[in-house]
Amino acid sequence: MQTRRDFLKAGSAAGALAAASYAAPARAQSVGRVVVVGGGYGGATAARYLRLWSEGRIEVTLVEREPAFVSCPLSALVVGGSKRIEDITVGYEGLARLGVKVIRGEATEVDAEKKTVVLQSGQKLPYDRLVLSPGIDFIPGEVAGLDDPKAFDTVPHAWHAGPQTVLLRRQLEAMKDGGVYVITIPLAPYRCSPAPYERVCQVAWYFQKRKPKSKIIVLDANEEIQAEKALFQAVWNGPYKGMIEYRPSNDVKEVDVATRTTVTDLGDKQQADVLNVIPPQRAGAIAGKAGVISVNQRWCQVDWLTLESVVRPGIHVLGDSAFPASVMPKSGHMANQHAKTAAAAIIELMSGRAPNPAPMMSNTCYSFVDDKRVIHVTSTHAYDAAEKTMKAVPGSGGTSATASELEGRYGFAWARNIWADMLG
Amino acid sequence: MRLFVTGLALCVGAHAALAQAQAQDANLARNLAAACFSCHGTDGHAQSGMASLAGRPQAEIMRIIGEFRSGARSGEQGTLMPQLVKGYTDAQMALIADYFSRQKPVQGAP
Repeated sequence: MQTRRDFLKAGSAAGALAAASYAAPARAQSVGRVVVVGGGYGGATAARYLRLWSEGRIEVTLVEREPAFVSCPLSALVVGGSKRIEDITVGYEGLARLGVKVIRGEATEVDAEKKTVVLQSGQKLPYDRLVLSPGIDFIPGEVAGLDDPKAFDTVPHAWHAGPQTVLLRRQLEAMKDGGVYVITIPLAPYRCSPAPYERVCQVAWYFQKRKPKSKIIVLDANEEIQAEKALFQAVWNGPYKGMIEYRPSNDVKEVDVATRTTVTDLGDKQQADVLNVIPPQRAGAIAGKAGVISVNQRWCQVDWLTLESVVRPGIHVLGDSAFPASVMPKSGHMANQHAKTAAAAIIELMSGRAPNPAPMMSNTCYSFVDDKRVIHVTSTHAYDAAEKTMKAVPGSGGTSATASELEGRYGFAWARNIWADMLG
Repeated sequence: MRLFVTGLALCVGAHAALAQAQAQDANLARNLAAACFSCHGTDGHAQSGMASLAGRPQAEIMRIIGEFRSGARSGEQGTLMPQLVKGYTDAQMALIADYFSRQKPVQGAP
């Protein structure tokens, strides 16, 4: 499945040349086996760099339930209607060409003693080291009415990019002009802190063009906008003035799916024509099965030199499932950075050497406020040996001054580059 | 004159630290540069719309980093890089620039 289209094609010439130098190395001596669970920004990057940097000496198996990668970053543009789901979908062929064994399936059990992953199909995958990058799952019981997964066929979350993104888009297209779109945001931390506010911009952009009598209501469990607050406010009070009603400290605890009605912890009710509930989140289910969830029954604490679980040696946890260091975002870009630190460390450890004692990671998130203009937030994180954690480097990082088309072009270029960096 | 001497001392200091760091960990430069690969492509082989860094002379990369740092490159010439480079030391940047300078450039890259 090769579905990077149109705006991605522009980069293909340079990409093809670069790809030629990353062909699968010929029959190198194996130093061991790594199984990677989850083919998103963390897992795909880890699989690729384990192969590249070990020069083929590590056998890598990637387990992924979906047939192709669908990006959460840029998925707001599919909700807004300026991009299609095909535009944010990339196949796993590039990893296969590098010698990664890609298995489509669902990892259901981890036997940490026997160092084996069990798939739903019954297949058992032995490993020397395991990398878990399962993203987020929703915490059962947090929002009454949503425990049956079928509820999301009516009330999409669209917090995993793919069919849910398309469903939300279709509901918005089918909605009458003058309708109400309600989005609910859980208490932080959740996957990608600016993303709900970016989605609001995209829906506003669509309504402004096609359904100008319609309204957006944001029910945010948090006290305020969680990322790039001033920049989002400038857009909401600028081009989208009068379209968005923002209600902070509105923690939705119950949903009546049939009538698309939310109920907050204080009993306030809100009915919607299109209801988009983003439930509270925790590490992906397989992390629980592997016994690596160690913080608040939600997240996995890791050693930042290796991304190895602090409770289960030999199991590394990347991306959104990891308990983040201070001010470290749960973003795709961050997962890509986790993955490279982990891949480098795993290769050193499997080769009998010490991992890099001073890793550095950076983050960049581009949020699209319409079909062309973007705002960014960036940060740099350095390992602090005394406190054994990653810390934002004082004086570094920041945001855009204002939304711009220039940064919009960088936003698309970012996607082309990071998708090639993780998937080849 | 004094400024010049201080600059020279810093330079020599940075290079000594660089050599020492590389001697201790052969993969340090690669690991640091890998943070840049997310946007600038694996080993600096960028897709369209981002600067390819592979094969660029170290001095040229360091000059641009310096301009981001000083604010000489800002606005349309530097959107997030001026914010990002402040997270790295000159010695780290010298290692990163050295790594990219040693990669084979992609033909026809900007």
